[in-house]
Amino acid sequence: MSAAPTGRPVAVVSFAQSPQVRREDHRNEVEMLMPVVEEVFSRIGVTKADMGFVCSGSSDYLVGAPFSFVSALDAVGVWPPMRESHVEMDGAWALYEAWTMLRAGDVDTALVYSFGRSSPGQLAKILALQLDPYYLAPLWPPPTALAALQARAVIDAGRATEEDFAEVAARSRRQALANPHAQLSGDRAPGELMKDDYVVSPLRRHALPPITDGAAAVVLAAGERATELCDRPAWITGIDHRIETHALGARDLTSSPSTTLAARGAGLGERAAVDVAELHAPYAHQELILRDALGLGAEVSVNPSGGALAANALMVAGLIRIGEAAQRIMDGSAARALAHATSGPCLQQNLVCALAAETPSGGR
Amino acid sequence: MTDATSTGQEPVAIMESPIHVDYRFTAGLAQSRFLKGLSQGRFLGQRCPRCHKVYVPPRGSCPTDGVPTTDEVELSNQGTVTTYCVVNVPFQGQSIEIPYICAQILLDGANLAFMGLIQEIAADQVRMGMRVEAVWVPPEELGPTMASVRHFRPTGEPDADYESFKEYL
Ligand SMILES: [Zn+2]
Repeated sequence: MSAAPTGRPVAVVSFAQSPQVRREDHRNEVEMLMPVVEEVFSRIGVTKADMGFVCSGSSDYLVGAPFSFVSALDAVGVWPPMRESHVEMDGAWALYEAWTMLRAGDVDTALVYSFGRSSPGQLAKILALQLDPYYLAPLWPPPTALAALQARAVIDAGRATEEDFAEVAARSRRQALANPHAQLSGDRAPGELMKDDYVVSPLRRHALPPITDGAAAVVLAAGERATELCDRPAWITGIDHRIETHALGARDLTSSPSTTLAARGAGLGERAAVDVAELHAPYAHQELILRDALGLGAEVSVNPSGGALAANALMVAGLIRIGEAAQRIMDGSAARALAHATSGPCLQQNLVCALAAETPSGGR
Repeated sequence: MTDATSTGQEPVAIMESPIHVDYRFTAGLAQSRFLKGLSQGRFLGQRCPRCHKVYVPPRGSCPTDGVPTTDEVELSNQGTVTTYCVVNVPFQGQSIEIPYICAQILLDGANLAFMGLIQEIAADQVRMGMRVEAVWVPPEELGPTMASVRHFRPTGEPDADYESFKEYL
């Protein structure tokens, strides 16, 4: 199912995120979300009454609270009744659902938000629960071990070295210095990072994402409503989501064919011609796999926000990639951008969203 | 590939995969105020700046308006039974003799009812609109928990008018 040009054009017109922190100790989910929702509305002078649809992404497993997404709606306020939906996935997928809704033409605006607190539970165990329940989950493999298997396969295939991983980490955290929301940033040279201990060989500390609590929100608008709300909307020219098998042993972990397919579906060519790419690569080696899968040239600015190595709130980091990419179009620093979100172990699921300052063809 | 019949074994129909995950719970700023209030023998709620409803226990936002509830309000020790049920089913670990009453209690001045236990009255005497008051545990047993309220008991006042609590069933 390709998602290119039928229906009305839809754009990101506002983006906001909370500080991304190691542990949100005092506020509950609603208290975390309220300022973010308030900010995403106030940036464009709207209220919830202006929203035709609300869609959220989160996972009850993270905080161990059933239906936590229902109580999270308290952050928006649900009177008078509104059209609302939720995905038990990263907010990037909630944005996909809202985009579909807006394309269909019933509503002109949508609020998309997500929240994720990775700190309250035993994260390694919780993430094992997303694996195949018969053969993999009972082994409780921690996500770092699965990522390390992938990194080892990348090295064995001669695609990259541990020094390359350190380069990615050094650049990401240096770029994060300019991101006020980032959890981890710093200016350490790759050579210095190579002195880090291994967490799981061949992954050293720097090649791993931080554990993060955070929230984010985006407002989407269709057609002329987008230009009313924003001087320079970030038009979504294509969006697509592809999945690989859950059987890790049946995949070539050194490549990401689902990302390549999603990029095609989103209307990007073999070499994605964009100014900026925000890639959801929680582990350093995954950025290298994604660059290959997307055919990103050296001229593309990758993860100016610092990416998931700077903050990786589960269920939020993917939506933040779309928000960060869109922000660079809205502020005029980019004309074309690509955002990517991932889910599952070793880049199992991948969503690619293409954004542009120019209104996509297909009319209003 | 060998199947169950060729190996002479029964096919696997069930597999057990025990799961146990521990969590650290964050009550939040508003609920923490409420819980601290309980440890002082007080009910602390919060008022919505927009619709002026008072929520107890508070969650930090008005679910109707989606705005932070910033004003703290101390509520009365007394309230009204809006609705209730008679519990006749015994269960493991039960500490109260059946039948007993679980009721929705609307504290005076509150716009949200919460669940409480009714004691010191026969189960068949309880009714909607009955006026009740909180009976707290002794001061040395107070803590940041609903267990600080031992139960609610009738005040003996005349029943509240249905119109006054019909929104809170
Ligand atoms: Zn209100």
